[in-house]
Amino acid sequence: MILPPADSNLEQHSLGKPPLRDDTRFAAGKIAIFQYVVVAIFLFLISGFWKLQVQNPDHYEGLAQQNSVKSVPVIAPRGRILDRDGRVIVGNHTSYTLILGREVLKEEHLPAIAQGLDLDYDDLAKRVRRFRSRPKYEPIVIKEELTPADLAFVDSHRDFFPELELINAQRRLYPQDGMMAHVIGYTGEVSEEDLDTPEFAKYEQGAVVGKFGLERKYNSTLMGVDGQRQVVVDNRGQVRKVLKQQPAKAGQDLQTTIDLDLQVVAELAMEGKNGAVVALDPRTGEVLAMVSRPTFDPNKFAVRIKSKDWKEIMSNPDHPMLNQAIQAQQPPGSTFKPTMAIAALETGTIDDKWTVNCPGGATFYGHYYKCHMKHGTISLHKGIAQSCDTYFYNVGYKLGIEKIATYADLVGFGHKTGIDLPGEAEGVVPSEEQKMRTQHQKWYAGETISVSIGQGNLQVTPIQLARAIGGLALGGVWHHPHLVPGPDSPSVWSLTPANVKLVVDGMYGVVNDPGFITGGRARIPGIEVCGKTGSAQLASNEYLQGAGRLDENARKDNAWFVGFAPRSAPEIVVVALWDHGEHGQFAAPIVRDVLKAYFDKKVRVAALQQQQQQLAARMASIGSLGLPAAGAGESGAMPAAAAVASGQNAAESDPLP
Amino acid sequence: MSRYLSLRDIDWPLMVIVLLLCGVGVLQIYSATMDTGYHSAWWKQILYVACGLFLMWLALALDYHTILHYVPIMYIASVVALLGTALVGATVFGSKRWIPLPGTGGVHLQVSEFVKLVIILLVARYLTDLKRDELEIREMLILSGLVAVPVVLVLAQPDLGTSLTYLAVLVTGAFLAGLRWKYVAAIAVVAVLVLPVGWHFLKDYQKARLVSFMDPERDPQGSGYQLIQSEIAVGAGGMFGKGPTRGTQTQLRFLPVPHTDFIFSSFAEEHGFVGVMVVLSLYFVMIMRIVQNAQTAPDRAGMYICMGVGGLLLFHMLVNVGMVVGRMPVTGIPLPFMSAGGSNIWSNFLALGLVNNVRLRRFIN
Repeated sequence: MILPPADSNLEQHSLGKPPLRDDTRFAAGKIAIFQYVVVAIFLFLISGFWKLQVQNPDHYEGLAQQNSVKSVPVIAPRGRILDRDGRVIVGNHTSYTLILGREVLKEEHLPAIAQGLDLDYDDLAKRVRRFRSRPKYEPIVIKEELTPADLAFVDSHRDFFPELELINAQRRLYPQDGMMAHVIGYTGEVSEEDLDTPEFAKYEQGAVVGKFGLERKYNSTLMGVDGQRQVVVDNRGQVRKVLKQQPAKAGQDLQTTIDLDLQVVAELAMEGKNGAVVALDPRTGEVLAMVSRPTFDPNKFAVRIKSKDWKEIMSNPDHPMLNQAIQAQQPPGSTFKPTMAIAALETGTIDDKWTVNCPGGATFYGHYYKCHMKHGTISLHKGIAQSCDTYFYNVGYKLGIEKIATYADLVGFGHKTGIDLPGEAEGVVPSEEQKMRTQHQKWYAGETISVSIGQGNLQVTPIQLARAIGGLALGGVWHHPHLVPGPDSPSVWSLTPANVKLVVDGMYGVVNDPGFITGGRARIPGIEVCGKTGSAQLASNEYLQGAGRLDENARKDNAWFVGFAPRSAPEIVVVALWDHGEHGQFAAPIVRDVLKAYFDKKVRVAALQQQQQQLAARMASIGSLGLPAAGAGESGAMPAAAAVASGQNAAESDPLP
Repeated sequence: MSRYLSLRDIDWPLMVIVLLLCGVGVLQIYSATMDTGYHSAWWKQILYVACGLFLMWLALALDYHTILHYVPIMYIASVVALLGTALVGATVFGSKRWIPLPGTGGVHLQVSEFVKLVIILLVARYLTDLKRDELEIREMLILSGLVAVPVVLVLAQPDLGTSLTYLAVLVTGAFLAGLRWKYVAAIAVVAVLVLPVGWHFLKDYQKARLVSFMDPERDPQGSGYQLIQSEIAVGAGGMFGKGPTRGTQTQLRFLPVPHTDFIFSSFAEEHGFVGVMVVLSLYFVMIMRIVQNAQTAPDRAGMYICMGVGGLLLFHMLVNVGMVVGRMPVTGIPLPFMSAGGSNIWSNFLALGLVNNVRLRRFIN
């Protein structure tokens, strides 16, 4: 084969020049050296492959898997918190968080992103700049709780802005306006310190756990177990394949004893006031409602609280994070008198015939103790109904501090009630021994007189008071209050029924007697409400008043009211504490509202049940017309449907002649 | 003496080896791009190879002495073209290397790839014209100065890898021409002195690449990332590889540019040490055959041309494959005949054409 025209000057080239010096022999040695260099270079390269592929393939295979195989947690939804009728108090909602992947971030995209998401550009740019010194894989959170409009923006610009990455998470949805905040509590990321405590030791860093209230107490019930997905991802973190999947185990719902109908009424009654309300069923210890004011918004804690909000809560002098229902330790004032009365009756110190003359006060140990008015000659019933201090000064004088302390302890003051919430306070029941132990001081006889009317160093919590009065009214059975049903072993001390009746009648008188009484505002027509007011001076108030250090409102006494109903078979006991409410009678309407809601609901439910029963009976009678007796018993509600279904079954299951 | 050139005299074993390598390259390009936006790269590569064969035919038709005659013009044209690239070139990955080829609808030519051939011819012509068995320092400096102009222009694009290939050709030629050892030593001393100064002229990313070559773990998300990912890909391939289209580093895109600069990492991951040995053997034989053509060349010009091509390809092998196994810094120069890309394929086939050009005319003297 002939190639296209070769150089026409070929011959001239080769013939015209002397070939002498133009030989290649001189380079032969150097070409040989070049060949050795080729061999050396190839050996060098091969040794590289040898080292990687033959000596350490497993090591690099491991690294390759580290690159591409990732374990992604599947977050288990937290259990909901329900009220006693199954209504949802705390639920979950899906929330989206947007992060900026800095490995693929293009700064020129920022203005468009800021505009699309309604963010301040300068703010965003500043945040990106601040992150510049951090490792690239650390993402920047740019927006939380995305709105549907934000989601649409992100979704439609996925190809333009690959740096945008969505993370979705289940978030707690708490009631608005801080309703029940203290009972529910809140969740948050487990802190370093918490991880060292036995309560939280089993959780991993970054886990979201209950931090307060029920969320904390029943964390292990609510929390569930996160699942895991093993996935293959590409270099942009996009999932290409799912290798293994271990589904999440959802947390269990927590059914509480709270009755939302009562809770709402109690919350409304406390609107604008500071203090607490507790409603218990004394027969079981079930907490029907619990309010503490001031309150806070747990939604702000849902993942990470902003420092501004935290400062605001912490600097509030009224301590919104305190659950007053179980943590406020206050002198009970006159609400202590029923306990005094039962102690005196049970020990035989007095009987109902025993009287005291009240000229508006009395002198003990050389000190004059005032009563709020002149009651004249007065016995037990009126002593309670009119809340005569002089009467109870004398009762306390006769009883002595040791017996008072014994009975105060018996009804549950001075130690935790055992409610299933963290952080309950114990309160204080003063006695000679207690004072020596804690203050290393001798008991002054005059202190006994103060304690007799619920002052002095006596300190109780609202829940203790509710439990004490409820158990007393039941004749000596004190259940442990709880928000979630569980095993219960009540403290029992059989009181003499006649004595209990005397005290309960006195408390009935507080609300219902004609003439001067203190608790008339708690009266409900048709319901036998019993109760007791209390107007408690704070221990230091007198001193502070003298020094002019408190404003007028802070100088007012704390108002207490404890009420229960019905008189002979108590079903509900309610305590209201209104800080600086001035007088116990002003706290009475709060209790009345809750009691009324309870009995109104009872009527409503009874009517509804009756209606349903009638309906069921009618359905049953209709069903029995067309059916043989066999099926009527088991499905009274839908006999017609059952008949159709069973007819079909019969037809299908019998195709053969 | 025959006046006729016979097709029989083409280096057929060399051609078979090169076409085998091209075939392996096309298959690997297919595997590496099947899931990406570049999935048409494999058939484009076939077109490039076909065009390359045509260019090779052109390059072997014209007697290389005639070609050498036009070296001054080609040299000036190269410098002008490189300057033109700086003016009208398209910027890709922060570097101006490509000029659009008019009338082709978006095909871009990388001028610096073709300048390689001019450098080979320039060195061959200059050294041949000396007609001496030793290279004096004065001539060495003149030749270096001539080569330095395109080197600096390419370095400014910036494209460190390609500019180094010009130097590789220069060094090969100077070595063969008999550069004395004492001059080599002197050049080495000057180089060591100039290096710290040169460091300042490197772009930031070039500095980063060199630093991360020394210590890849220092910045695992930046420049060191490519080296680490390539080592992982190669190592994970093991003895027999993960099979075509099954390499996780390649398919999940942890490996950067797996169809161009890092094609051999991708190949090593999917075909293992055995596959690597086969392909490296092909390359070894390819270079040795080119060297053999130099040995049988009819004159010094032919010898210098063949050795220039051999030195160039050897340098490509060393730097690209060395980078793949983490023994060379990331310089971004392609693997001959396998990496996807028209300009490189064409310049390689043109170089092959020159080798065959010399071979065809070996009996003429």
